[in-house]
Amino acid sequence: MTNAKLDYSVQTRTRASSISAIVALLLVLVAVALPAFASRSLIQDMFFILTMLVLAQFWNLLAGYGGLVSVGQQAFVGIGAYAMFGVVILMGFDPVPSILIAGVAALLLAIPTAFFAFRLQGAYFAIGTWVIAEVVRLLVAQWKAVGGGTGTSLPRSATGDMWFTGAIETLFGVRNAAARDILAYWLAVLLAVATIAGIYWLLRTKRGLGLAAVRDNIEAAKSVGVDAVRMKWTVFLVSAFGTGLAGGLIYMQKARISPDAAFSLQDWTAYVIFIVVIGGIGTIEGPILGVLVFFILQSLLADFGSWYLMALGVIGITIMLFAPRGLWGLFSDRTGIELFPVRRRLTGGRLTGGHVTDTLPSSKEE
Amino acid sequence: MTALLETRDLTARYGDFQALFGVDLTLGEGETVAIIGANGAGKTTLMRSLSGVLRNGPDSIRFDGRGIGDLPADEVMAMGIAMVPEGRKLFPSLSVEENLQIGAYGRNTGGYWSLDTVYDLFPVLKERRSNPGTALSGGQQQMVAIGRALMSNPRVLLCDEISLGLAPVIIKDIYKAVPKIRASGASMIVVEQDIGQAMAVADRVYCMMEGRITLSGSPDALSREAIHNAYFGAAA
Amino acid sequence: MIWVDTIIQGILLGGLYALFAAGLSLVFGIMRLVNLAHGDLIVLGAYLILLLVTLTGLSPFVAAAVAMPFMFALGFGLQKFMLNRVLGDDILPPLLVTFGLSVVLQNALLEGFSADSQRIQAGPLSTASIQVAGLNLGVMPLMTFGSALVVIIGLNQLFYRTSLGRAFRATSDDPTTASLMGIKPAGIFAKATGIAMIIVTIAALYLGMRSNFDPSIGPARLIYAFEAVIIGGLGSLWGTLAGGVIIGVAQTVGAAINPEWQILAGHLAFLIVLLVRPRGLFPRAVD
Ligand SMILES: Nc1ncnc2c1ncn2[C@@H]1O[C@H](COP(=O)(O)OP(=O)(O)O)[C@@H](O)[C@H]1O
Ligand SMILES: [Mg+2]
Repeated sequence: MTNAKLDYSVQTRTRASSISAIVALLLVLVAVALPAFASRSLIQDMFFILTMLVLAQFWNLLAGYGGLVSVGQQAFVGIGAYAMFGVVILMGFDPVPSILIAGVAALLLAIPTAFFAFRLQGAYFAIGTWVIAEVVRLLVAQWKAVGGGTGTSLPRSATGDMWFTGAIETLFGVRNAAARDILAYWLAVLLAVATIAGIYWLLRTKRGLGLAAVRDNIEAAKSVGVDAVRMKWTVFLVSAFGTGLAGGLIYMQKARISPDAAFSLQDWTAYVIFIVVIGGIGTIEGPILGVLVFFILQSLLADFGSWYLMALGVIGITIMLFAPRGLWGLFSDRTGIELFPVRRRLTGGRLTGGHVTDTLPSSKEE
Repeated sequence: MTALLETRDLTARYGDFQALFGVDLTLGEGETVAIIGANGAGKTTLMRSLSGVLRNGPDSIRFDGRGIGDLPADEVMAMGIAMVPEGRKLFPSLSVEENLQIGAYGRNTGGYWSLDTVYDLFPVLKERRSNPGTALSGGQQQMVAIGRALMSNPRVLLCDEISLGLAPVIIKDIYKAVPKIRASGASMIVVEQDIGQAMAVADRVYCMMEGRITLSGSPDALSREAIHNAYFGAAA
Repeated sequence: MIWVDTIIQGILLGGLYALFAAGLSLVFGIMRLVNLAHGDLIVLGAYLILLLVTLTGLSPFVAAAVAMPFMFALGFGLQKFMLNRVLGDDILPPLLVTFGLSVVLQNALLEGFSADSQRIQAGPLSTASIQVAGLNLGVMPLMTFGSALVVIIGLNQLFYRTSLGRAFRATSDDPTTASLMGIKPAGIFAKATGIAMIIVTIAALYLGMRSNFDPSIGPARLIYAFEAVIIGGLGSLWGTLAGGVIIGVAQTVGAAINPEWQILAGHLAFLIVLLVRPRGLFPRAVD
């Protein structure tokens, strides 16, 4: 156990991970072919699952790996969505390439946000990001050209002949609205695959391995030569960019926006946090499992409205209290299976003198 | 002599690192024992175990015939075991007087020690009673730490390196208090790296090395060489 | 003259924000815990007072006094059975647990009391005003500000004049050494959260009497409270009052320029302070 610290960088793929790579490839192929035989409502559900998965992966990157608990990710969803609407409505861009602009807008917003929020330590960072999200929401609500406080819709001219929709209409013999759903779905598949692959890659780079060190202990990270500040900036900006892309894509599909919806704490941050916590924070598998559980819960219980949300809250609290590494953590501890092997922690526990509770159980697979 | 405090096969670990290996130690009523040993020998770990900061099996530590190894520090303190921790550990947000007062927070049985008697013991503290504890010199801070522990009128006083980092004259000053503390009825365990100081105050001495007790006996009965070996290892 | 009036209204409003913030500041100061459900607990308090007033016809002030022991017990239990389990070096668990709690509380209130907005009726008091030097000052805002002063003076007395206050400060400095003094840190934390809930009840009383409330408004109160704490400097109670006043004045001045800017102006004031004084106006020396 103690010398696991020394070999933490030589971790390579596990057998489960090789199998999972093949399975993942098959899954992606099935996902791409899905519109040929699935109903429109299934496609819409899948779109929801995939976009929530993307948001969850980026929040997990921030909080689970970077130790940056943001409660303000709705700022990046909202600004991305509004940037997309802005260039479509005001400059006549096609919505599809405008999704990239959504990502860039979120990235630009992330720079001043980080500048302010990084002045706040630990827990206060969380509320700091939230304040900034509120500020952006209030400012956007003053932007009359995109509908001010009441919001607006994408113009028909823009949605009617979006890139690729014509081809999809003829390919599957569907109407324009259904073709747009299929397009949005494919983009969501692309975004989700790119997100998971990208984060997996990032975490396996030398830099990414240092992330766990930053999350656990800045001092220790410094002593092993990790530039904590740079790491935090990288993670924050990457997450903002990805979250902005997701925001642009989500609102391309919705085609209607308002500040309250696009900057919703509940939809874009609260749900996402529950997904990650339930599935297992600090793993790539966790959010995948979490989003599936979340979707099932929502399908079963959404009619119960506030009871459903209460249940979600109680489940989140229970998991945090009794199984802080989530469902995937429970599973992985029992079976030793890891689909995306990434070293998460400097092992051996932290040796902080004088604390009674100073030895964290280090994860079993070490 | 009946044991007031004793450990039996006491172990302690920090994560994967084992710091104590089966320590057996006895403190009689009214007795003062010294524990000596080089840096890293495990003396502080032993003190932390005795005071409940590190938890253990119930019967690995017995106090007054009762197993206390599994009790948390606040309950151990309430039973009458007070500690002067290594490095003094005064509370920076509290004044000198408040630091003393808080020493009796969890045990207010009455007895010889009170603010007045502690000020009699260390008169300089009275002048500086409203200063923040951390504004004092090292020696004065150590007096506060000792006074703080005495405020609970403990039956056992654990002192972890009270001479650490202090000038010899000041150490002498502080050790002048030991007879008065003993006279008040407290039994003491004094951890020291300074062998001479330890031998001077103790009825018995334990020597520790690498988490084990390597030698014990009364100061007169132990030869310099035996101590040297127990302290640094036989090969040294 | 209109500006003087606006600023004085803002200062008095700051009293309300200081009341929101004092409990948060207390808990953070002692155990470095940020309770994301703080705003929702204020709203819960307001509903509890409302319920007592409606069921028993008590005056809101008496009802608040009756609610206090319940809120104390709630805070004590919450800390003892839930939050103490997640305190530690890792900030994630307490944040996520209190975030979950916030969602649970909001939706439980929604289920219990519906989304309709409510108000605690304070009778003629709510419209009463007095003339001071040509200014028309509402009695309710004056009472709010006065209560904030009383709470902060009271907390300072508790902290610096009592044995419990010493234990609070000692535990905040160093829980392990505090336990060597016979202090049980877990118990101290539970008492601190209980006391914070008493302050929350006072905040809830004025929140409920001064304006309409519904189950969804908690998070915004948390944000104001948080801004006041940060502006004032972590751990400084008088700083928290100053922070509340700054937010209050910014909001009333913003609203006087353009009603839509009220909330925004408060947030911007916070960001400006964060920019020029990252540690707040009255940072604590030791931290
Ligand atoms: N908090 C801790 N975490 C890990 N190891 C520790 C800790 N405290 C002490 N140690 C180790 O335990 C051993 C004994 O330390 P200690 O009891 O402080 O010795 P002493 O007081 O005799 O100098 C040393 O090797 C030290 O490095
Ligand atoms: Mg030591």
